[in-house]
Formats: sequence, structure tokens, C-alpha cells
Amino acid sequence: MLTRIGTDALRLLDYLGGLSRQTSRGLYWTVVAPFRGARVRWRSTIHQMAAVGVSALPVVCLITFLMGLIMAIQGAYEMRKFGALHYVIDLVGVSITRELGPLMTAIIVIGRSGSAFAAEIASMTVNEEVDALVTMGLNPVHFLLSPKLLAMLVMMPCLTTIADLMGILGGATFAALSEMGMGLGPYLRATADALVMRDIVSGLIKSLVFGLVIVQVGCYQGFTVTGGPEGVGRSTTAAVVVSIFGVVLVDMVFTAFFYVLG
Amino acid sequence: MSSADSSEPVIVVHDLVTHYGGRLVLDQVSLEVRRRETLVILGGSGCGKSTLLRHLVGLARPTSGSVRLFGEDICRIPESELNRIRRRIGMSFQGSALLNSMTVGENVALPLREHTRLEDSTIRVMARMKLDQVGLAGVEDYLPAQLSGGMKKRAGVARALAMDPEILLFDEPSAGLDPVIAAGIDHLILKLKAAFGVTIVVVTHELASAFLIADRILLLDKGRVVACGTPEEIRASQHPRVRQMLDRQPDSEAAPGQAYLDSLFGFKVGGGAKA
Repeated sequence: MLTRIGTDALRLLDYLGGLSRQTSRGLYWTVVAPFRGARVRWRSTIHQMAAVGVSALPVVCLITFLMGLIMAIQGAYEMRKFGALHYVIDLVGVSITRELGPLMTAIIVIGRSGSAFAAEIASMTVNEEVDALVTMGLNPVHFLLSPKLLAMLVMMPCLTTIADLMGILGGATFAALSEMGMGLGPYLRATADALVMRDIVSGLIKSLVFGLVIVQVGCYQGFTVTGGPEGVGRSTTAAVVVSIFGVVLVDMVFTAFFYVLG
Repeated sequence: MSSADSSEPVIVVHDLVTHYGGRLVLDQVSLEVRRRETLVILGGSGCGKSTLLRHLVGLARPTSGSVRLFGEDICRIPESELNRIRRRIGMSFQGSALLNSMTVGENVALPLREHTRLEDSTIRVMARMKLDQVGLAGVEDYLPAQLSGGMKKRAGVARALAMDPEILLFDEPSAGLDPVIAAGIDHLILKLKAAFGVTIVVVTHELASAFLIADRILLLDKGRVVACGTPEEIRASQHPRVRQMLDRQPDSEAAPGQAYLDSLFGFKVGGGAKA
């Protein structure tokens, strides 16, 4: 029993150690090395941007629109008992920009791209393609991970901004169709009054960190795959589960942090 | 590393010991490969021969011992230095290891694109030349998935040749290929040896191909060097493991009675097997 707890703890520490080592290398190759003359893989980065960001747009829009609508309906259900229906505007605006916009975006991106990163790199590892890169003197983190990270760091705030907008539009749709009978213009003006800049900025900062977590976990699962073709499937599943956990954990830490800041 | 003396060793492995998850894989392996020499590392499955090859390019780190390439201990130099040395080495993998997301031409061109500042058109011509050298003219626009096993392997060799390496490493060049295609790969290796005078290390379990291409053969068994010498010396060797390998004898059948019984039951069976 004790030995099992011990080995599990060691395995967890090993995982976290490997993940943080890879994260520091990834940040080095993405943020620092380009200023020291390392080349930025623009072609690959743009390709990743399209895959991570542009292709995710329809599903992000649809889901966050529906989230905004759901929040408005759920909020209205309680608020109308007190005749405070117009607080729905504040509720939707704040909860979408601070929390649901970044979180839903992150979860969609995990499902679409985090799993894809893990599958791509895991199959490359299994086929010795990663080893081949190393023997050619190419750093796999630079070659494979940094374009993904750069693309993600650019696209996550973009997607989140659009997600925020769509969520607010979801709220506006409820306001227009329900007993509130509020037009789009007044709704948006009321939302602007309800929000402060920090609501939006804190959401965008979180989205950057979410992007970092998704890339690092996805790639780490890929690089550390064992057990051939079945391993690829397992590492993809693990990437999704660990990323969701990581994103929620980061979310909790940041929310507490912003709360303490006031 | 400056002189071109053909007797000068370019690869020196000294007392290499490696573990894989607690299991001893290589046990005090030492070897030398001289310039322009072809060394074949021969051994059965799981004897550690592929692991040994991986150590020669720094793909794995030993528990102890040293690997010197061109006079530099690659276990003790920084990554950037190691990458500079890796450009002088080409490695062909068992499963070809071509990047599946790129065409064959782009695969062969990759090292040139990354390590040189040549014009794109020049790189394309060079990639085509390398493919031509391995007998694969005109496939540069195909994806690796569209090639047969033998063609993939040749394309992998072309990529290994891209930087005009001084050392070529082959991991199981004929594994998974039919005898005719495998013989073709053997002849390709002989051709490269004659044409470019590169130092070659081949890992294989194919006796015929080992004796065909080797200047020297190193026989590995359970992570230890059993014998090392010219093909003639190996053929004349009286070492029991060497004879067993050359005469294709299986390992002696079933363990002696008592030990076998114990291993079956997982504990000491008292009294022994009495009728």
C-alpha cells in the first residue's frame, strides 16, 4: 500500500519534472531563441494557426453563443422572482468574459488541437521520426513544438475575444426574444456599462496560459509515448484528460489570484 | 580528426554500460571503427545491437563509459556541439523514419534546408541527385505512404546521405524486406562504400548480408561483445556462441528437470521428480 503511494508519487513528480523541463525548453525556443538568431518556422506556424484557430471558429462561435443564451435563461429564471431581470445583462457579461469564454474556448481547443498534437507527435515518436530529426541535428522541440506554441499563443486570445462577443450576443438574443424585449443596441450599451476592462483582460491572460498548458501537455504526451500504435491512442486520451485538468487547475489559481487582487 | 589516415579510428566506444528501466542492456562494450571501414554489428534479437547504434549518435545516454566521435566524447559535450557532429553522420532507420507529412523530396532536402543557406533550386537538384544515387529517380513528389517498403528504405538512405556524411549508420537495413530487395540494399551499401569512402556501421541479424558487406564483424550477445574480427576470423572462430550463431543452432531445449519444475511452480518443489 505504502509502496504504491510512493511509486505513484514518484511517477507524478517525474511527470511534472519532465513537463516543466519541456515547458521551459518550449518557451526558450519560441520566445527567446528567435532573438538569438534561431529561425522561426513561419510556414509551419501559419499552418498551425489555421488548424488551431481558424478551423475552430465555427464551433467556438456556436458553443459560446449557446452558453450565453443558457446563462441568460438560467439567470432570468432566478432573477425574475425578484423583478431584477435586467441584472441578466451583468450576469452574462461578467461570467462570459471572466470565465466561460476562455474556459469553453480552451475545452474546445483541447478536443480539437490538444488531441491532434498528441496524436501527431506520438505517431512520429513511434515511427522513429522524432529520432530521425535528432540525428539530423534538429531539435524536436524547436521543430515540432514551437510552431504550435506560437500559433496557440496568438490564436487563443483571438478565439477568446470572439467567444466573449458570441456569448454576449447569446445573452442579447434572450433579451430580445423574452419578456425583457430589449434591442441589440441598448443591450450592448448596458453590457459595456456592466463590464470593466479588467474582466476582459483577466480572461485573455487566462486564455494565454490555457494555450501554454494545452500545447505542453499535448506534446509531452506525444514525445513520451510508449508501446507502439496502441500507445498513440492512449497518449491522445491522456492528453485530453490531463489538459482539461490542467486548464481547470490554472483557472482556479488565476481566479483566486484576481480575486485577491480585488 | 584532421588527417585522413585510414587506420585512424573515427568511432571509439569504451566500456559502454547501459540500463533500460533497470535491465542491463549493454555490458562493457568497447569497439573502434577506423576511417573508411565497414563494421557490422551482428547479433540476435534483443542483444542490444540497436541500442548500441543509438548510442553512436547520442540518441541514448549510457549509464557509464564513453562514445568518442572524431575524437570528441559525445556524452560530455553540450547539445549544440553534438548537433554539429551529427551533421557529419547520416543514419538510416529500421522503418525508414521518413517524415510522413512531407514528400520524399522534401524529406531528403530537409537537412540541407535546415543546415545550409543554399538556394531552394539548388537544394531541389541536390535532393534529386541523392535520390538518384539510391536508385529512386523521379519519386520526389510522392508521399512516403505511397512508396513500398524497399523504396522507403532507400529514400531514408538518400536522406542520410544528404549532408555528405563521413559516417553512415544503418539500423537493420534488410529487416522486413524480401530477399531480392534486401540484396539490393546490401549492394547499395557496397556501392556507397566504394564510391564515397564513408565509414559505415551496420546493425543486422542477417548472416549473409553481414559477411557480404563487412570489413570487420562484431558479434554481440546479451549485451556483451563475444567476438570481433574480419569475416574470415569470425568464420574460423571456435567460440561456442559464434558457432551457434553461424551454424544456426537453437538455444539448448528446456532447462534441466528440477530448475524447470521450480520455475513452473514458482517455488522450490521438494524431493525432486521421483517416479
